[in-house]
Amino acid sequence: MSAEGSKPAPPSGDKRWRIVEATMRRVGYDPSGLIEALHSVQETFGYLDDASLRFVAHSLNVPQSRAMGVATFYHYFTLKPPGKHTCVVCLGTACYIKGSTAILDAVKEKLRVGVGETTPDGRVSLLTARCLGACGIAPAVVYDGDVAARQTRDDALKRTNEWMREDA
Amino acid sequence: MRAALENEVRVCVAAGCMSMKSDQVLASLKAGVEKAGLGAKCRVKGVGCLGLCSCGPLVSTASGCIFQGVQPGDAAEIVGQLGRKEATGRLALNADIPFFKRQQKIVLENSGLIDPERVEEYIAADGYDALAKVLTTMRPHEVVEQVTKSGLRGRGGGGFPTGLKWATVAKAPGPEKYVICNADEGDPGAFMDRSVLESDPHRVLEGMAIAAYATGAKLGYIYVRVEYPLAVKRLRTAVRQAEANGLLGLNILGTTFNFHIELRLGAGAFVCGEETALIASVEGRRGLPRPRPPYPSERGVWGCPTLINNVETYANVAPILRNGGDWFASIGTEKSKGTKVFALAGKVKNTGLVEVAMGATLREIIMEIGGGVPGGRKLKAVQTGGPSGGCVSEAQLDMPVDYDSLVKAGAVMGSGGMIVIDDSACMVDVARYFTEFCMSESCGKCIPCRVGTVHINSLLEKIASGEGTADDLSLLDELCDMVKNASLCGLGQTAPNSVITTLRYFRDEYMAHIEKKACPAGVCRMGVSAPAGADSAPVAGGGKD
Repeated sequence: MSAEGSKPAPPSGDKRWRIVEATMRRVGYDPSGLIEALHSVQETFGYLDDASLRFVAHSLNVPQSRAMGVATFYHYFTLKPPGKHTCVVCLGTACYIKGSTAILDAVKEKLRVGVGETTPDGRVSLLTARCLGACGIAPAVVYDGDVAARQTRDDALKRTNEWMREDA
Repeated sequence: MRAALENEVRVCVAAGCMSMKSDQVLASLKAGVEKAGLGAKCRVKGVGCLGLCSCGPLVSTASGCIFQGVQPGDAAEIVGQLGRKEATGRLALNADIPFFKRQQKIVLENSGLIDPERVEEYIAADGYDALAKVLTTMRPHEVVEQVTKSGLRGRGGGGFPTGLKWATVAKAPGPEKYVICNADEGDPGAFMDRSVLESDPHRVLEGMAIAAYATGAKLGYIYVRVEYPLAVKRLRTAVRQAEANGLLGLNILGTTFNFHIELRLGAGAFVCGEETALIASVEGRRGLPRPRPPYPSERGVWGCPTLINNVETYANVAPILRNGGDWFASIGTEKSKGTKVFALAGKVKNTGLVEVAMGATLREIIMEIGGGVPGGRKLKAVQTGGPSGGCVSEAQLDMPVDYDSLVKAGAVMGSGGMIVIDDSACMVDVARYFTEFCMSESCGKCIPCRVGTVHINSLLEKIASGEGTADDLSLLDELCDMVKNASLCGLGQTAPNSVITTLRYFRDEYMAHIEKKACPAGVCRMGVSAPAGADSAPVAGGGKD
């Protein structure tokens, strides 16, 4: 825990740490801002690692165990670097009823990757979501943050194949 | 002097249509109207959800036309039909269908009509009138009285009388009180709250401000899912606009009333929709529920009296204060007043948002407004209330939908998610789907839920793969009873509901899996059961992998 008035230095000289520091400043460096701070780290760097968890914990005066506890409790936070591209298949009820598991299985098989994993070449991460709230256009799949409507197995395979064939 | 606007073209820019590039449709229509020289007489703008998501991208005009499946290249065709009262051609959508005519809109009264990113349009639609009336002519207890008279009950699914909750917080002692909006709409299949936040965010802010005045709070939090980035963006814009116009912040509308609203993002935990878990999350901790009493109304966030209401509940507040509690109480049924927004999805022709008076039957909602089951298939079940709810069969279609009627059938209305299931689905598989969800979302704090859901799920996998026995069914009954009665919070207490209702209405499907080792719907793979714990949360230790 840092002494009153002295803030710890960020893990590296990467200027993007200023974004995270701004978030922590906005929440007054209060322990209650832990989730907001972790969101800021993940949004900026793509994932949470030990160094960033330590930095946030020290800055907000929370025990490292609490930071780790929060990071591992919430499904949205990831401790592993994401692939260059992310494919999120929605497994909400409406999407499930409309066949999203078939889409997920097809991508898993083609890319030889499990849910929550990244292909060995680091190109594609496969994730699932429990409901994106896009039930009116089920089945929904998110490609790099963009929600796509009424997807089929072929749509998802086409997109992920394109990513796999990109130049590294 | 500028000529008065003769027409308005409205393009849906809520998440569903945006995912089908409706922002490009908006741009091309703006260009098309300008090109036709009609720019001075016809405004083109983005609006919130028009309701019929399955037909998007949707475009409507003030003169009464509705167009479906609009692509950017269709701009000329639509411009050519401006001014008509009825659309014609391949893009035309009949505005007289029950989907549009049979709805009664209070919560969604502005959705699809106003631009959600312009506070001026909300104000022009009587927005913030209720807040002004409340702050200048009513005492806090009079506001609580109106809400109590209205009969409004919590729209998040719990159905607790809203007026009573407000009165409890108002009476609670203490210098600090808080108002929280539960926008953690985690039920798979529910998107009512998301649509309200994207289509009419000021409505929710106004409701919260009125609640804060009535209860004595000075700070409010909106706890919103991180999976709703567009809703988050529109909320941030709305808060900024409200503050800039003296509708939020210090000295609201020139009175001595101060109220600030902050956003707090969720991080993908379904359990944080539960009040006490939500509070833990606002405080920056793991979303673990705690025993109640004390209830949040007495000891909530930071140990202070806290009012927590759902998005849709707040969305009803301004109309109630504008028109009076008696007006609201004149709609709906004896114990369920007002209207309810349903998210109709699954195997139904018209998927999207539907708002009807409480007491409409499942048949009216699904068959008339929803247009029935497509593809020549038969309706097998209706799933309501998300994982906490249950499934009813075709025989219950004439039940009215409100807080109390469905409960008699063993299901709950819940927050409004309504999934239609046809005869191509297996109900054992559906029950397994929901228990897997509850198992993975269990916070891990209490044993009945943490361990119970794992075992219920393994039993269902065993039965689904044709390896189950009759003894497994009795064990399932016992487990469901235990988890329901011994779990710490609503997640565990309602987790067995999907199993209990499917056992009640679709027992024959379970028996077919057990006795004939076959899946009548052809969904489950026989002899292929996943080993217990695979791809799922560990039994000991709680939380997730």
